[in-house]
Amino acid sequence: MRPIIDIDQVSKRYGSGTVALNHVSLQIEEGEILALLGPNGAGKTTLISIICGLVVPTDGTVRVGGHDIRKDWRAARKLIGLVPQEIALEPFEKVIDCVRFTRGLYGEPPDDAYIEQLLRSLALWDKREAKTRELSGGMKRRVLIAKALSHRPKVLFLDEPTAGVDVALRREMWQVVRALRAEGVTIILTTHYLEEAEDMADRIGVINRGELLLVKSKNELMGEFGKKHLTVSLYEPLATLPAELAGRGLTLSADGRELGYAYDTRAERTGIAHLLAELAERGIAVRDVSTKQSSLEEIFMSLVEEETA
Amino acid sequence: MNWRSARAVFEHEMARFFRTIWQSLASPVLSTVLYFVVFGAAIGGRIQAVEGVAYGAFIVPGLMMLTVLQQSVANASFGIYFPKFAGTIYEILVAPTGWIEVTLGFVGAAAAKAVMIALVILLTSFWFTGVHIAHPFWMLAFLLLTAIAFSLLGFIIGLWAKNFEQLQIVPMMVITPLVFLGGAFYSASMLPPFWEGVAKLNPVLYLISGFRWSFFGFADVPVGLSLAAVALMILVCMGAIRWIFLTGWRLRE
Repeated sequence: MRPIIDIDQVSKRYGSGTVALNHVSLQIEEGEILALLGPNGAGKTTLISIICGLVVPTDGTVRVGGHDIRKDWRAARKLIGLVPQEIALEPFEKVIDCVRFTRGLYGEPPDDAYIEQLLRSLALWDKREAKTRELSGGMKRRVLIAKALSHRPKVLFLDEPTAGVDVALRREMWQVVRALRAEGVTIILTTHYLEEAEDMADRIGVINRGELLLVKSKNELMGEFGKKHLTVSLYEPLATLPAELAGRGLTLSADGRELGYAYDTRAERTGIAHLLAELAERGIAVRDVSTKQSSLEEIFMSLVEEETA
Repeated sequence: MNWRSARAVFEHEMARFFRTIWQSLASPVLSTVLYFVVFGAAIGGRIQAVEGVAYGAFIVPGLMMLTVLQQSVANASFGIYFPKFAGTIYEILVAPTGWIEVTLGFVGAAAAKAVMIALVILLTSFWFTGVHIAHPFWMLAFLLLTAIAFSLLGFIIGLWAKNFEQLQIVPMMVITPLVFLGGAFYSASMLPPFWEGVAKLNPVLYLISGFRWSFFGFADVPVGLSLAAVALMILVCMGAIRWIFLTGWRLRE
């Protein structure tokens, strides 16, 4: 199947010499949710901005639905909806007018029935006559989503949809995204929360310093990086690892006071209970237990190390 | 061409105008009334008729032009600067809409508002003075073309401006002096020959002169020249706007 978005060797260099994107290639399939993960300044927003037409690439081509975004920009842009990172709305405009305006901008004839359905699905119908400045932060973000969907795009870009948003709202946003996916909309979202990408995406792309380090299905990526590390502090130091405990991937710290154990959180049996029971059985007294998940930062570090190795 | 998109921008801008219709009308009408009271009634009585037209009536076209120029520039520059300031410009830039549609929408609305206000001023002036319009068609044509030309200029100012100060500075420092020196309140022929020559370097003089001709049938410069001046200004501004959108100057990175 032809990808809905085909990014080929796209680069962006600014006048100052900064390289925001370096030969990025990526194919996005119709109907999938792709999360672009990366720290601030990694190039996520630049990539989205290029596809949407806000930033002009220095090199490379992008096709949306087979249309080149530069040569056939009208056809390409009709397929796209963008929810920007910053909340930008005209403060004195009514919600419904705002959404109708965007639909008009895309050259679509008025369709009040669709606008009503859209606003209802985003729980905004009761607020349709409210001025946007009267809305809460979460509602404003939903108005931006309604605007982006007003012309029924095939691809929706959500740039940091949950940045600076509380937990309840974040969950609400995830529900919205899932509902859209169920309708067949392809969704590309950027985030710097690993948890968010893990929860929502089919595939995850990791960007750092303008390079696309990898794109993998979520399951693959979490399998590789979604490990947790268990540290067991002991009352009495051990000279060596008991023979019975060998062969399980256990490590003993230099001072013999800490046992380390890496496990996969999604495995059916993590082996933790078994391990603790066996320690008790052998009379090895446990002082404390702590776990740590590989953080996004560590994933980056390991990816960057891999790259330079 | 994406006509619906031009229409969407036009209606969006007009809605903003109608949301604040009373403020939009009150201030220009009030200042016109003041001009009539001061120049028409208080001072005008002591000023001779110009080419047979009472001074109070003579300044009507100049006052309308003053308003049209100020309003066109202010409306169009604010119209495009505000989305830049509020951040909502992104949706215009990502929409499948070209520079012509965007310009038609913003400039059309700015010019329409300016013409409406100018006509309200004309109606107001009937209260103070007997104004006879010799060529109503040309009066409207000059009004409309001038409004379009200066709305285009305002649009460029709004695209160029990086802050509210810059948005104000051109109208204040350039437009207002040009209008005052362009013969809004006098005929260039009333000036000494040297200053008459200088005044004729002022493009606004050609607009006011042509407009005044449509009222009274006499002009400082030939009417054809006035029309050519407006047409030239429209073309130059359109060229500049096209360049801005195609290169993305101050719009896209």
